[in-house]
Order: sequence, then C-alpha cells, then structure tokens
Amino acid sequence: MSGEPVTPNPWAQWRSATPARLALGRAGAGMPTDETLRFGWAHAMARDAIHAALDVDALEATLRKQNWETLHARSRAEDRTTYLRRPDLGRQLDPADAERLRAAAKPGCDVCLVIGDGLSSLAVARHATPLLAALRSHLPAETRFSPVVIATQARVALADEVGELFGAALSVMLIGERPGLSSPDSLGIYLTHSPKRGRHDAERNCISNVRPEGLPCEAAAFKLAWLMRESLQRGLTGVGLKDESDLAVLQQDAHRPELPG
Amino acid sequence: MRYRTTIAGQVFAFDDLRQVMAAASPARSGDYLAGIGAATAQQRMAARHVLAETPLKQFLNEALIPYESDNITRLIVDSHEAQAFAPVSHLTVGDFRNWLLSEQATTETLTALAPGLTPEMVAAVSKLMRNQDLVSVARKCSVVTRFRDTIGLPGHLAVRLQPNHPTDDLRGVAASTLDGLLYGAGDAVIGLNPVSDSMQVLGRLLHMLDEVIQRFEIPTQSCVLTHVTNTLKLAEAGAPVDLVFQSIAGTEKANHSFGITPELLDEAYAAALALNRGTVGNNVMYFETGQGSALSANANFGVDQQTCEVRAYALARRYKPLLINTVVGFIGPEYLYDGKQIIRAGLEDHCCGKLLGLPIGCDICYTNHAEADQDDMDNLLVLLGTAGINFIMGIPGADDVMLNYQSTSFHDALFLRQTLGLKRAPEFEAWLQRMQITDAAGQLAPPSANRLLADMSGLAALAP
Repeated sequence: MSGEPVTPNPWAQWRSATPARLALGRAGAGMPTDETLRFGWAHAMARDAIHAALDVDALEATLRKQNWETLHARSRAEDRTTYLRRPDLGRQLDPADAERLRAAAKPGCDVCLVIGDGLSSLAVARHATPLLAALRSHLPAETRFSPVVIATQARVALADEVGELFGAALSVMLIGERPGLSSPDSLGIYLTHSPKRGRHDAERNCISNVRPEGLPCEAAAFKLAWLMRESLQRGLTGVGLKDESDLAVLQQDAHRPELPG
Repeated sequence: MRYRTTIAGQVFAFDDLRQVMAAASPARSGDYLAGIGAATAQQRMAARHVLAETPLKQFLNEALIPYESDNITRLIVDSHEAQAFAPVSHLTVGDFRNWLLSEQATTETLTALAPGLTPEMVAAVSKLMRNQDLVSVARKCSVVTRFRDTIGLPGHLAVRLQPNHPTDDLRGVAASTLDGLLYGAGDAVIGLNPVSDSMQVLGRLLHMLDEVIQRFEIPTQSCVLTHVTNTLKLAEAGAPVDLVFQSIAGTEKANHSFGITPELLDEAYAAALALNRGTVGNNVMYFETGQGSALSANANFGVDQQTCEVRAYALARRYKPLLINTVVGFIGPEYLYDGKQIIRAGLEDHCCGKLLGLPIGCDICYTNHAEADQDDMDNLLVLLGTAGINFIMGIPGADDVMLNYQSTSFHDALFLRQTLGLKRAPEFEAWLQRMQITDAAGQLAPPSANRLLADMSGLAALAP
C-alpha cells in the first residue's frame, strides 16, 4: 500500500474503450474528489440544459439570416414545472397561438418544420440552425416549407397539431432530447406523415443523438433528407418506413458521387 | 358511494375501492397525470381512514380491474391460496399493518403468508405505512434464490453489474465488466442493456459475457436484456443464455404494449428451465418493472400507479425468478417527480415485492429532468440496504452512458457493504478471494496482486 489516501486503478488504459466512467480509483470506499467534481459538473450541465429557457429571439434572428420565415408558439404547459409534470399539456398548442398559426397558414405546403425546446434548449440553440442549413442543401429547391415554428414547452406530438393547422404532408420536429450526464445537448428529429392530433409514436420516424460527438449535423441532414423524400413518395412514416439511407450512400459511392439535388 | 367516512364534521365519499386506493396514495405526479390523485391533503387522510377500516377480504370480492377483462386479475384471483391467507383473513387493512409490525409477524410466518396475499392487499397496507414501517416489515422478509450463486441470504447484498455501452462495442462492454469485477461487483448478474435489436449483435454480446464467466470461472450469470422472443430465438440458435429477461407490467393491456402474454412467458420459462445452465439452483428468470409503465401505455384503468406496479409482481412470482428489479426513477418526473417521491416509491416497491415472496432489488436511479441528485440516491441506498434488499445496481461511476440516467456505482455498493456490514453472495465472495480481488475480510485487496488483472490479456474481446 502506498499510504496515499486515493488508491488508483492500474487498468486506466481501458478508458479508451468506452465513455463509461471506469478505473476511477477510490478514497476508501468512496469516489476520489476529482471524480466527484467531474460528475457534479456534468450533472450541473444537464440540469441547466433542462431548465434554461430557449433564447427564441436569437434563434429567430439566425433563422431569418438563413432566409427562413419564422413563427412562435407555446404549448399549454405554462411553465417548466407544469411541463415536466404534464406531458399531455406539452403536446397541445396554446389556444390563442393555435389561432395565430391557423391565420398564417398558406395552402399546400409539403413540409412543416417545428423547432421545440423539449428537454434541452442547449441542443436546439447549438444544432437546429446548422441542421436546417444542411437540410436545405439536400432537398430539391422547389420543396414547399411552412414557416419554421419555434415552439416552447414543447413535446414531440405538438408538431402534429401544427402540421394539421398548416395542412402539411409531412411534419419535422427538431427537439432537445432528455440530457444524459455526458450528453447535455442531443437533438432529436421526428418525422410524421399526414400529421394530425392523436398520431401514435409508432407512426413516426426518429433520428436521435444529433450532436458533434454523436450523429453530426451534416450526416443527420443527409439521413433526414433521405427519409423525407421516401416519406413523401411513399406516403407514410413509422414502422413501415425503415431508414435505408446508408444503403443510398453505398450506392452513391459506387455510381454517383454527387449528392442528389 | 359505497365507501365513506366523516371526519371533523366533513363527509368524504368514494365510489369504489379503486378510488379509495388512489386517493390514499402518497402524492405522486403520475397519479395526478392520470387524474386520480387525492384532491386535498384531507381527502388523502380520509381515504386512509376508509382503507384502514376495510377488511382484507374485501380485496377478494372487489376487483379493481374486472376479472373478465384482464388476465392479470384472473391470475391473481386464480392463484390465491386461501389456506395461506387464513391467519390474517379476519383483519382489516389497518389491523394488518399492526400485525405486520408486531412480533407475531416473523420471517417464517411472512414466508408462509406470501401466497395468501394479493397485490392489492399488499399495496393497500403499504399506503398506511410510513417509510420506517416499509423498512422494518421488508427487513423481516427473506427470499433466497439460486442459479450459479446464492442471492438474498440475510446480511447479504448482491450487485447487478451493468456494463452498458452506447454502441454495444464488445471491448467497451468487456472493459466495464472487468472494472465492476475488480470492484467486487457482479454477484447478482452481469446484465447488459443492448442498444441493438440485431440477433447477430445480441449473440456476440452473449458469447463475450459467457467467455468472461467461463474463462475466469466466475460463479455468476449473464443476461442480455432484450425482448423475450429475441432471447428464445437466441437460445434456439445455441447462444449461451443463462437467464431469460422481460419487462413486465400490472395489466393485460400494458403487457400487450410490451408484446407479452402470460402464455408467452410460460413458454419462455419452460425453455429457460430446459437449458439447465444453473449450478446451484434453477431460478432462471429476470424481470424488470417500474411505477408508471401502465399509465404510460394508457393501460392503468384508473388504478393508482403503485397498485399497478405491485400487480406486476403477481405475474413475476408465477416464474420463481432469480431476480426482479424495480427501476424506480427511470421513467421520469411525470411519474415520480422528485427525490422524495422516488425514495418513497423505492421503499414501497421493495416492501410489497418482499411480502409477495419475490427476490426484489432496486435500480436506485433518476433522470436529469427529475428534481433529484446523488444525495437522494444515497438516502434510498442506505434505507434499502437497511431494509434488506436483495440487490442493487453497479454502474461505472453511477453514470449509464447508454440509457442516459444515473444509478448507483460500484463504489456505492462498497460503501453500503462497509457501512452496514453486508456480505456478497457466498460463492462469489469465495471466488473474489481466490482471485485475490478481495482479502479474507471481503475488503478490496491491492489491485497489483489480483489474478484477474494478470490473466485478462487472454480475453478475446479485449484484444485490440
């Protein structure tokens, strides 16, 4: 025994095999101070991600610079505490906001885009605009988008009501995922064909863990564009639509190096 | 209005037993989400008064979910043993609480009573109990199970080693597994939650965990937690399946949403027994549950979430499982809002499971959107350790990097063993000493000495 209060673990080289917190050493039975502080910091990041309000004005300004039209909406969950306890309210539009969206709706749009704060506004602030910019480059120029709706205290299914109001063929919800200790900023993407209130989760497709350390924006946009095209062509999303975009990549690599317009 | 009471001049009335049970529950967000929580604190106490005066027998006459429409109700009623129930059949719920706390309720009488109790009776009495009652009653219960080691002996605590990895990388899983073993964890099971649903990936994971167990001759079992139908296919294909896992819930409709029926579990149980891979026993099933699963499947039928949870235990006990795990804080704050609710639910689940005769453990855990932190986990850990829980979770640094939630670490298990003087499963403890991971007193030995670390280089999964 060295006599030092912290017993190190000689298998520290395994840390490269996994993001898990292993070979931490110990102080008696307890965690060494440095790990206690690292863990506490990670938890603080995750907590702040959940409770930080989305800076709607900043997001809107960035989107407008990229030539997106924007609208705001709130769910019926009036604050974070209600939002966390009542997922049912987070799935419904505030009635006054629903009226405003109805008035702004233009007939015949293909795709309705909704950005929801979800459980991590950090994810939305970091990844929503780069993702949408990349998405546009992967889709035909004639794709008819609704204005981008920035929704606060939003759950995934809120996009069903928005899509229904806009009469969109497809809704795409970008939303902050439940943060893990080592991933406070994961963005999730949900596609729903013929969005309307009451859709089940099995009727959606999901792309998750969009963040530089997970699925980077460019790769996520490619996957999303592939799923959007297939969904619009086949008229469905959900369990009947499997993500075969990887296959598309392989075929492209073999025959057609440029990305489809 | 069949249930009513008058307190301080106020009349409180309830339509049926289901309403009484829901209103009598300690406040929790899931019951409010379902619209069935008590409207006021006084109504909650009134419901507890009504419940205290309700005969235990009433639960045999009034099903909370109709017999005709729910196979879990049928299983509960049809498997009830009247003879085992006889010693308490004359009691009200309030009297039953007194009896459970009294010297008359011993480990032996409680073991004999278990088949005579229904989930609803047990849930009801738990609603009249304070946290200390839940600890003291559970502590008297003893449920011992065996596969390759012996779990649940009084004064012992086992640990499920959970080596999850975000991409099911074999080296990553192996690294976390060895980290846990070197911390003396893994006697309950080495149990992995895979990301993948692919049979090939699941098969590779099973083979790798089996290689670790075989190579080092560890008296423990592995489990890859995937749908029971996947496990059946894997076993048929010759993969080394030790335990069959399934998530279960307390109503037929909720189980339907999990893609299971009692008939399917019967089939899985028979298949698991036929594999005959245990060495010291034949408890071959592993179940996971958690309050809120019935409601989240829109299948709670107005029954409070704790009672729904305990009904799942009735399904579990049909299969004499090696382990059943309540994953208490996993679903999120819409079911259990904060540390207080999570702690209460963990104690309820453990006490009710034990009263029904189940080898219950707890994934003492929370998500980042719950109002909870590691201090709350420490509180529940000490409480459940004192209550004699069969097993807890061991996860590197308490941070599950695949499921994105926090649980208990290998260090937490060491702390609990040290603080409460709890031992590991005897076969596993002997193995740790043989490998020089622990000393004769069960304390971690200096790592440089141990044989596991020296022999690991031969492990195929760790080859670069």
